[in-house]
Amino acid sequence: MHLAYPAVLAALLFCTGLYGVLARRNAILVLMSVELMLNAVNLNLVAFDVWLSRTTRETLHSGQALTLFTIAIAAAEIGIGLAIVLAVYRNRGTSDIDKLRDTAEGHETDGPDSDALTAEQAGRAGKTEATA
Amino acid sequence: MTTTTLAVLVPLLPFLGAAAGLLLGRTAPGFVRPLAVVPILAALVLAVLVAADQGGGQALDATTELTPTGSVPIELSVHIDGFAALVAVLVGVVATCVQVYSTGYLRDDPRYPSYAALVSLFTSAMLLVVYSGDLIVLLVGWEIMGICSYFLVGHYWETPEARAASIKAFLVTKLGDVPFLIGLFALATETGSFRITTVLGAVAHGGLDHPTVIALLLLAGVAGKSAQFPLHTWLPDAMAGPTPVSALIHAATMVAAGVYFVARLLPVFEASRAAMVVLAVMAAVTMLGSGLAALAQDDIKRVLAYSTIGQLGYMTGALAVGERGAAVFHLLTHGAFKALLFLAAGVVIHAAGTNSLAAMSRMTNLRDRVPDAFWTMTVALLALAAIPPFSGFFSKESVLGAAEHVVTGHAEQIPEASGWITLVAGLVTALLTAAYATRLWLLAFHGRGAEAPDHGRQPLTMTVVLWVLAVPSLALGAFTFRLLPDWFDGHDLTPTLITSVVGTGLALAGVIVTYAAWRHTTALAARVPLGAVAAHPEGDAGLVEAEAIASHAPVYGGVAYAPDPADPGRLLLGPLHRHAAVGFHLDAVYATLFVRPVQAGASLVRFLDREVVETYVRGAGALPRLLGAAVRRAQTGNVQTYVSALLAGTVVLAVAVLLVATGA
Repeated sequence: MHLAYPAVLAALLFCTGLYGVLARRNAILVLMSVELMLNAVNLNLVAFDVWLSRTTRETLHSGQALTLFTIAIAAAEIGIGLAIVLAVYRNRGTSDIDKLRDTAEGHETDGPDSDALTAEQAGRAGKTEATA
Repeated sequence: MTTTTLAVLVPLLPFLGAAAGLLLGRTAPGFVRPLAVVPILAALVLAVLVAADQGGGQALDATTELTPTGSVPIELSVHIDGFAALVAVLVGVVATCVQVYSTGYLRDDPRYPSYAALVSLFTSAMLLVVYSGDLIVLLVGWEIMGICSYFLVGHYWETPEARAASIKAFLVTKLGDVPFLIGLFALATETGSFRITTVLGAVAHGGLDHPTVIALLLLAGVAGKSAQFPLHTWLPDAMAGPTPVSALIHAATMVAAGVYFVARLLPVFEASRAAMVVLAVMAAVTMLGSGLAALAQDDIKRVLAYSTIGQLGYMTGALAVGERGAAVFHLLTHGAFKALLFLAAGVVIHAAGTNSLAAMSRMTNLRDRVPDAFWTMTVALLALAAIPPFSGFFSKESVLGAAEHVVTGHAEQIPEASGWITLVAGLVTALLTAAYATRLWLLAFHGRGAEAPDHGRQPLTMTVVLWVLAVPSLALGAFTFRLLPDWFDGHDLTPTLITSVVGTGLALAGVIVTYAAWRHTTALAARVPLGAVAAHPEGDAGLVEAEAIASHAPVYGGVAYAPDPADPGRLLLGPLHRHAAVGFHLDAVYATLFVRPVQAGASLVRFLDREVVETYVRGAGALPRLLGAAVRRAQTGNVQTYVSALLAGTVVLAVAVLLVATGA
């Protein structure tokens, strides 16, 4: 099989994943898109490993071994990512990425998570408490 | 123990007492009073022993050099001649009396431990000045006295008057001390030594190239410490301190130091005829001005303060005619009667509840309430007015006699001008002194009107020392004027006939004129009611005095002034009274000459700092702030935006790498 087929497929998969990461609003779908990108890379690794082993008689198959590592790490990563999304959803009632903007400059929280308050805001709040 | 060891112990004991008092004051309050009185008393006993050993004979010198200090060596040395021995005894007597008195006067004061320790330190510094044979060591004592006076005058720091007075006392004396220090260095450079004996030896052989400059520089320091015109303005304001401190400063320490210093280094001053004339003019202006000002003061302590300035003028006058024996003689008698006057005035203020003479002149029976203070104060005022046979008469006549001696041409070194200036000013001041002494006595003890408020019995410690000091005030002059020449330079201190008759006549005239004026004005007293009077039957005298000082300005419109038509001083001075009450506007002159320019300079510096320097700093900070504000805009909080930017950056980098790699 020519190298072009898996390479084009990997490129398509990667672009799909990239689009999903950049455009989807749901955090779970973003995570799924990240998986797509990872798998595109995996596909590339396997394909190029096969191609290289055919031309240079290389027998170690390090690309395929690395793919196994990537799959394992991806599994762990998706577990943690889903746990975070679940926690955020329980906390906020939404997993919409557009609405999770606590790190924005000048962002004012009115919710219970006070650790997002910057020092300046804390000072301002203290002042208003004192005057009240 | 040798005399030298005794002499070293004299300043050391009060110093150790002060250190122990400061350390133990809070932890062991029971030891504070013994620690205050015993070391000073021991120092007095040792000073008497040193004086007995020395006996007015050959000066006692002992020197040790701790370490080489460069070109001109600084040595720890004592130089005890008749002057030093007797002045040390005076310092010891007065300081002991003050410490004993203070135990009663400030018995309920929460800051008594530090107060007593500072009085001990003050005394120790003065004794160091008296005994020191090295000018730099002398300077150390000199400056310790400056800082102690600052702390002690500001003892009632709750009142704004005391705070202002303490800072003023410190700054004005420092104003004189800076030229003084330069003068000492110039003197040491020209004579090659800081030792007094070496310096005087060099001066005797004509070793001074610039005697006038040196003498005038030293005079500035002396004028500051001894409260001579034009640096005397701190002394009347220093009355905001407790009365025992006033007694200590005025009688034994601080102001006596300047006169004593000139007496020690008199040959340096005599080397310059100009300096002697300046000294005489300074003395004359001081005497006359202070006499007039004393006649117009309303605060009893300020009257005494101005009288101190005047009496110091006599001493300076005696030095200006080259007769240091007479100067130190007057220093001794003045120390005794002025300490007595102040301590008695403290009792009177306590009993009357006010420091205002106008208020006292509207009280009956003040005399019967404090009989000890009345009788001893009468003795001291007679001594102050130089009425024979009280001690002040003999010492003052010795000063006038010395001036007459110069005027009649018996002393070649001394310019005749300074003799005339001192003699005339001294005689006129005798009149003024008698007048204000009489005024004080009449207003304080012969008032008519309401009963004085009751402040309970005076503590025994406060009345006993008055009688102790009354003895030298009464008899120090008559019994010692024949003996003292042996201790001093050997010049005769016996009063001469002409000056005695004229001086006493003028003093009596002053008494009579003031009495007549008082008879004339006392009828007016009823028209103006009694002013504010503090009444604390259970409080100690210090509390009463602090309240009297604090309430004087609000009640009478000034610390020195009271609108009292019954004041004989007002009648005697006429239109001068208004100016004399404020010390002839010298404070206003200083305010215009020094205080305002300094304040203007301060506001200029403030302006430069706030508006110019700050602008550069703010400008330097503005650009990064602006950039920061622009960059902060990128922080939208949307993760996808960040990733997009990341992607864009990666693409750009990849394209760039490709272009570089392909060599395009």
